[in-house]
Amino acid sequence: MRDLHKSYADVHAVQGIDFEVARGEVFGLLGPNGAGKTTTVEVLEGYRERSRGIVSVLGHDPAGRPRALRERVGIVLQSSGIYRHATPRELITHWAGFYPAARDVEEVIDLAGLRESEHVLARKLSGGQARRLDFALALIGDPELIFLDEPTTGFDPAARRAAWDTIRALADLGKTVLLTTHYLDEAQALCDRVAIVKDGRILAVGAPAELGVGASSRYRVSWRDDDGELVMRETDDPTALLHQLTSAALARGTGLEDLSVGRPSLEDVYLELTAEIDAEPSR
Amino acid sequence: MTGALALTWRQYRLERKMFWRNPSAAFFNFLLPLLFLALFGAIFSGSQEDLDVIVPGIAGMSIMTTTFVALAMNLVFLREQGVLKRLRGTPLPSGTYLASLAAHAVTNTAIQLSVVIGAGALLFGVGLPEDWVMLVVFVAAGVACLAGLGVALSHAIPNFDSAPAYVNAIFLPVIVLSGVFYDADTAPTFLRDIAQALPLTHLIDGLSAAMVTGAAFADHLDDLAVLLIWGALGALLAVRGFSWEARRG
Repeated sequence: MRDLHKSYADVHAVQGIDFEVARGEVFGLLGPNGAGKTTTVEVLEGYRERSRGIVSVLGHDPAGRPRALRERVGIVLQSSGIYRHATPRELITHWAGFYPAARDVEEVIDLAGLRESEHVLARKLSGGQARRLDFALALIGDPELIFLDEPTTGFDPAARRAAWDTIRALADLGKTVLLTTHYLDEAQALCDRVAIVKDGRILAVGAPAELGVGASSRYRVSWRDDDGELVMRETDDPTALLHQLTSAALARGTGLEDLSVGRPSLEDVYLELTAEIDAEPSR
Repeated sequence: MTGALALTWRQYRLERKMFWRNPSAAFFNFLLPLLFLALFGAIFSGSQEDLDVIVPGIAGMSIMTTTFVALAMNLVFLREQGVLKRLRGTPLPSGTYLASLAAHAVTNTAIQLSVVIGAGALLFGVGLPEDWVMLVVFVAAGVACLAGLGVALSHAIPNFDSAPAYVNAIFLPVIVLSGVFYDADTAPTFLRDIAQALPLTHLIDGLSAAMVTGAAFADHLDDLAVLLIWGALGALLAVRGFSWEARRG
């Protein structure tokens, strides 16, 4: 099997997640904290054993952590320390020795944006620089597949943009990227396809643009009524609703303040889907 | 460079390089026993009898700091910081990594013992070891035993902030009870009984025989046996509880 296939279930954190990622794709797991994103990714990385289901990563079962698989995968963990008394250059050079066909150290230093801090001891790196080092160490082995677990959580906007540029550069190199995030804009900016995850289940999968429009084809119409209250209604047939509204308003001789018609964004779909689950009495 | 030996060598060299850049590790794992040797050497400078006790005592303490203390502290740090987890995601084989850590600890032990033995011969009139074979056997047994116990202890330490407390709560009483600073045979009976159960006491007994008194190896096989029993227990606990990841919650 060339690509990544997986489907498995875990009674606790992950309850029947099932998806496939194609080669060269940037795939995002989007969901709130505690949704089971990290558990899912750590099963794929080989850190956790699944309790049920079938998982295949680049044709390997990751559960046994086969070395042949580890040589082809790069991992950026949600948070992980590094030796404090070594420099990025030393660490990247050292990590290169772990892999059979490592990338060029200079190239990776530039790609990760570490040129200015290559000789700084790791304990003195800023959060953003440390994250760049995480990227560099995940990249040095020239992996086919890269896992990024919440790559920009806790970043300031400039550092996020820089990290996004690095992730786009990975995609341009033809790498398959599986990332988790709880930022909608991050999923929208980076991912070819997104799976929305909540309570260990996938609620929807698709391209960010399709998810916004496709998952729910309804329009949102909002306006202020005669008391000045904002009213919102969803409809599959906006023409009829608008006709009804405007003729009623004309008949009354009043206006429709703040009238707007819109289609739900990914954010709306996300909030709607995750809220529905919350509303269920038992999970 | 992906052969197991070459990888072990690379990792070992990185560990060595980083060790000397870390002042607190270099101090606690390296200078502290030598400082104690200098201080007690000065205090006991008039009494050869006391010097004959302190030199093998400090040698035993050195083995404990370079293995037990260093491994317990470092593994907790590496585990809680996520360095172990990160390494586990690379192709570096676990055995290669652990071998390089062991080689690193053994190097520190060897350097320390060379200094202690050299100082004993040149400054404290203890002379060169009487029985080198016995010395090597006891050092090897002591390293294996205390390294295993150090790794085992690292499993019991919940986080890095509490690591010094856990380690010192064991290390300090043990070095005092085991007779690093005085002849354990002169202690009150109940303390002597506790000391007899501790591996360091028997390590120092063996070192003392090999370095100073020249007592027959055959008379110290019981000391070696105690070290091996503790070593087996340490190895069992070290392997069983090993965790590559920080605990959650």
